[in-house]
Amino acid sequence: MKMNSILSNNKAVGQNETKLRTEAVSLYYGNFQALRNISLEIPERAITAIIGPSGCGKSSFIRLFNRMNDLIIGARVKGQVELDGIPIYDTTIDVVELRKRVGMVFQKPNPFPMSVFENVAFGPRRHGINKIGELEEIIKRSLHQAALWDDVKDKLGQSALSLSGGQQQRLCIARVLAVEPEVILMDEPCSALDPVATLKIEDLMRNLAQKYTIIIVTHNMQQAARASDMSAFFMMEEDRAGVLVEYGPTSELFTNPKDKRTEDYITGRFG
Amino acid sequence: MRAGAISKRQLSQRTAFSLLIIATIIVIVPVLVIVLQIIINGASAISWEFLTQEPSQAGKAGGILPAIVGTFYLMLGTIVFALPLGVMAGIYLTEYAKENWFTRSINLAIINLAGVPSIVYGLFGLGVFVLLFHFGMSLLSASLTLACQALAMTVTTSREAILAVPREYREGSLAIGATRWQTIRHLVLPQALPGIITGAVLAMSRAAGETAPILVVGAAFLLPGLPQSPFDQFMALPYHLYTVAAHVPGMPKSTVWGVALVLLVVVLSFNVLATIIRLRARQRRFNA
Repeated sequence: MKMNSILSNNKAVGQNETKLRTEAVSLYYGNFQALRNISLEIPERAITAIIGPSGCGKSSFIRLFNRMNDLIIGARVKGQVELDGIPIYDTTIDVVELRKRVGMVFQKPNPFPMSVFENVAFGPRRHGINKIGELEEIIKRSLHQAALWDDVKDKLGQSALSLSGGQQQRLCIARVLAVEPEVILMDEPCSALDPVATLKIEDLMRNLAQKYTIIIVTHNMQQAARASDMSAFFMMEEDRAGVLVEYGPTSELFTNPKDKRTEDYITGRFG
Repeated sequence: MRAGAISKRQLSQRTAFSLLIIATIIVIVPVLVIVLQIIINGASAISWEFLTQEPSQAGKAGGILPAIVGTFYLMLGTIVFALPLGVMAGIYLTEYAKENWFTRSINLAIINLAGVPSIVYGLFGLGVFVLLFHFGMSLLSASLTLACQALAMTVTTSREAILAVPREYREGSLAIGATRWQTIRHLVLPQALPGIITGAVLAMSRAAGETAPILVVGAAFLLPGLPQSPFDQFMALPYHLYTVAAHVPGMPKSTVWGVALVLLVVVLSFNVLATIIRLRARQRRFNA
């Protein structure tokens, strides 16, 4: 693997302000501990990749930031999770407002069974925007941002389910962008896509990272190396709880890992 | 590979398939015979007058319009009460209720609701709606009684239709800051609607066929004119069929079959309607 050429995309993001922070966070599903004592700081306007073997709690980890784990019965969080320094598990936090600021794109593209237009309009409508002119503006902007406008500008009224997989995923990104979030969580957004569609999404992420804070869970080492600025390597311990092994700038983590386990993983010796 | 072993296996396979086919034929034969018999015997009684006139001579002459109208009123009255309640309970049970003893006992109650004999619903309706609430022997009492019986069905079908909406849709909606209620109202319910309506239509067709419960809460054999208000008594097809078949001496046989035919057509057409709604919804989902 020619890491150095792949890594040419990475930005140095050391100076960026911290957008999200976890401090000694543990997550439990009932009696099962899914995450143990995770502390890290995620810089704003950058792409942070979460990598690690299956079942090590990567998805559970990013779902901390929009409190999607709340939907799971028996899920408990210990420790502190902060957005712009505000603890988001505080009882005074409005989860709906939080999810507006921290959007999420899922593993399997999940466009709603309605038109392209209505998919993107869904969020804004729920947040009280109903003027058609205003909605049209938002939809045009979001689809442009998601690099989907040229593909769908003539079929806004068509069912979103008629789009290709890659287009559907970009539509889901547009749907998130339409509510003007600050953070976009991506849970293996390319795992259901072909390589061409995958590269399109990665380009898109690079563009979006100029404005948004992006966290991406990925199984694909190349993707993490190509597309991210910071990387966090998670692993399972004996009791299957996920722990953070190593976290740092992607270029360092991939060329000069400090932990033996990180090195073994990224060089393909396990996982 | 030994030829003997294979032929033995094939033999047992053929025997099994033959038995299954025979069983299937036995299952559908009674349905076909009933339907054919009713059509053959009843068709001659069907005429414009039969469908649009009021009965005379204790039902031996004239038509059955009041019974047809009464049955439609009853279906309408049943669904007006059973559908909103059923959908709301279905939403609560799928989307909001926590898994605890309370929810479990509600679920158990709903399952058992479907198993209560219909005459027991009738007696319940008599006690509660007719006597306690003073609605009297009336269309209203009968609709409420049948609605109680239909609830088991509308709750169950609503719940299944809501559960069938993929979790991914809900997550996608919640993840962009929609509230749970907005997610249900704008995403889940529109998706579940065909299933809910199918259940409602089937509940209506079942209400149309019920005889025992309405017997004690407001159905009458012969009434002059059509019901004018929900507090009036009414005629209904199944009860009319029962009386003309069993209690009127000298009743022309073709009239009895004719009433049965009309009832059958009403019930079956609602079942067909339910099937069409379901098929169209499925098609829309695949072609979308």
